[in-house]
Amino acid sequence: MSEYSLFADSVNKTFGRRLIFKDIRFKLDSSTIFGISGPNGSGKSTLVKIIANIISPSSGKLIHNLNGSEIKPERLHNHIGLVSPYLVLYDEFTAYENLNYFSEIRGISFNNERVDNLLNKFLLFNRRDDLVKTYSSGMKQRLKFIFALMHSPQLIILDEPTSNLDDEGKEVVYELIKEEGSRNIVIIASNEKTDLLLCNERINLDEYKN
Amino acid sequence: MSKSYSLFKKDLHSELRTRYAINSLAMFIIVTLSVILFSIGNETISQSLTGGLFWVVIFFTSMSGLSRVFVSEEERGTSLTLQLIAAPSTVFSGKLLFNLILVFAMNTVIAILYSALFEAFIIKNFGLFIVSFILGNIGLAFASTIIAAIISKAGAKGTLYPVLSFPILLPLILTSVQLTLFSIDGTSFETAQFELAIVVCYDVIILTVSYLLFDFIWKE
Repeated sequence: MSEYSLFADSVNKTFGRRLIFKDIRFKLDSSTIFGISGPNGSGKSTLVKIIANIISPSSGKLIHNLNGSEIKPERLHNHIGLVSPYLVLYDEFTAYENLNYFSEIRGISFNNERVDNLLNKFLLFNRRDDLVKTYSSGMKQRLKFIFALMHSPQLIILDEPTSNLDDEGKEVVYELIKEEGSRNIVIIASNEKTDLLLCNERINLDEYKN
Repeated sequence: MSKSYSLFKKDLHSELRTRYAINSLAMFIIVTLSVILFSIGNETISQSLTGGLFWVVIFFTSMSGLSRVFVSEEERGTSLTLQLIAAPSTVFSGKLLFNLILVFAMNTVIAILYSALFEAFIIKNFGLFIVSFILGNIGLAFASTIIAAIISKAGAKGTLYPVLSFPILLPLILTSVQLTLFSIDGTSFETAQFELAIVVCYDVIILTVSYLLFDFIWKE
């Protein structure tokens, strides 16, 4: 089993003069479920984007290690799976086409078995050949989970993971968080108490403002 | 390279389904050529003027469609998805490949229609025309792709694209116009060497700068 670790070293973020958070430090190893909480506008999504290497911190750094060696930033995307409300998949393609293109662009072979398993788990198998634009918001959210997990990432980042999901969908997600959290790093950014109850470590961004 | 090709395939498939760029480019070519034809009427225009007008049509048609590669991703919110599945160099190469194909297809159609509609547009040195056409198209695709990436992050995308493109494309357009005039006059390759060297240098510089800059543009 690969050992993944994530180390945040004094991470600060400001937008112009506005401080979002400062001096965030943590070290996470595999088999951790880490929670990021805080009120609306506290910077949860900003921290998620920094961890996913989508935006840069104003100062400080995040170090991703796999089996003891640091992962180069340009290769990081193959180790991360992200689910978030601001993630949009291609409406003009079917679920299967979306997932197939994502595999090809990542440069990994399309794992039919894993994708079909995930489609079954998230109850989308029968709709796999329908255009994504015909999906409801809950179905799109479930497809985002498949997108995030299809390449078996070691770091799974879930920003508001249960938004738009019905009770059945939430159950599947909670089961998955527990399963993935037993071998990988799972980060949950949420305000939902039930989401945060799954975490074994947690930070509240309200405490990183001064 | 195979990852970039996969991104190109995704863009081509998406374009064939949504017709984001193809429709606007086709309409623009038809409208521009029609306006020029109507404004000329029965007048005869000089050969040198047809060479200039040819690149005017190419420049404005490019402005109407080539920004779509990045703007459509930004408008639909799929830029983030691309950031999560590919390295910046893969994204740029894939988008560049798409714009190269689009530029060549679009400008070939323009050249054929233009030759058919304007009697004065007679090329005497066809070899020189083909070489300058290819080099000009490559430069146009390179420059328009990186400018599209820059403006896709801005608010007033539609206005900013031609404004930012004009100074960057001006050396290329002026030299390409000169090379087209040489082709019409039947000037030899030896005489056109200096202008050809300028376009080659332009293409190399723009490509190098684009790859160096793209990481900073792509990551917020």
